[in-house]
Amino acid sequence: MRETKLWTWHIFTGIVILVLLGIHMITMHLDGILGWFNPAGGEAIDWANIVARAKLLIIAILYIVLLAAALYHGLYGFRTILFELGPRQGIQKFINVLFWILGICLFVFGTWAALKFYIIAHAG
Amino acid sequence: MLQDKRCPNSIGVWGWLGGGRWGLERYLYTLHRLTGLGILLYFILHILVTSSRVFSEKAWETWMGVFSSPVFKIGEFLVYVAFAYHAINGIRLILIELGFSVGKAEEPIYPYKSSLNVQRPLMIVSIIVAAVLIAAGGYDFFALAH
Repeated sequence: MRETKLWTWHIFTGIVILVLLGIHMITMHLDGILGWFNPAGGEAIDWANIVARAKLLIIAILYIVLLAAALYHGLYGFRTILFELGPRQGIQKFINVLFWILGICLFVFGTWAALKFYIIAHAG
Repeated sequence: MLQDKRCPNSIGVWGWLGGGRWGLERYLYTLHRLTGLGILLYFILHILVTSSRVFSEKAWETWMGVFSSPVFKIGEFLVYVAFAYHAINGIRLILIELGFSVGKAEEPIYPYKSSLNVQRPLMIVSIIVAAVLIAAGGYDFFALAH
């Protein structure tokens, strides 16, 4: 039952990523064609553009949701691959704990960066 | 448990290389895993690198300068290709998982209908959509070269 729940979350986060990463990819990599969310013109990664985007709170929130969804989806996917190789139960527990720690650390760091830059963009 | 003793799961990643009777979809599965692992590795690095914007504009510009070299540009495009494939193939897998292309249970009357009658065209459409996305991205990456 627990594994079914984890798998369902994997599918659900996949759909969330599809929408949010889709927007992110369109913004960053189809910028020459579409030019979405790039008010300063030029490239999407230009400082003026990332500051302009960071001023919108919704962007920071979406980044954090995407971060959580992508970390879960990616680490659960990697866990599935590793578990299919048939590791012993002790190793499975170790992988679980390791991935939880790694995921939480990256989530905390990424969330801090998104919120901090939101504050910096408004101060500047 | 039903298990093929000649091909136990313990052959591990080598089992990815052979499609066997599962056909083309089996290779798409392998590609889905490879692209997933590649994206995960990139994503972890991406979190660390893009957080540099918090420290200063100079730190951001320095990292972006590093990644503007041709080698990284090609690497970045490969990540985009992996994303486009993984996303579209992921939609196909979710549709199948939720039973959209399995079909209703019915009397087996010749000529038999197979779920593959729907799933194979779905696979082909998925590949075409992924190819279009990759082509559009490639145009933006290299042809516009802004």
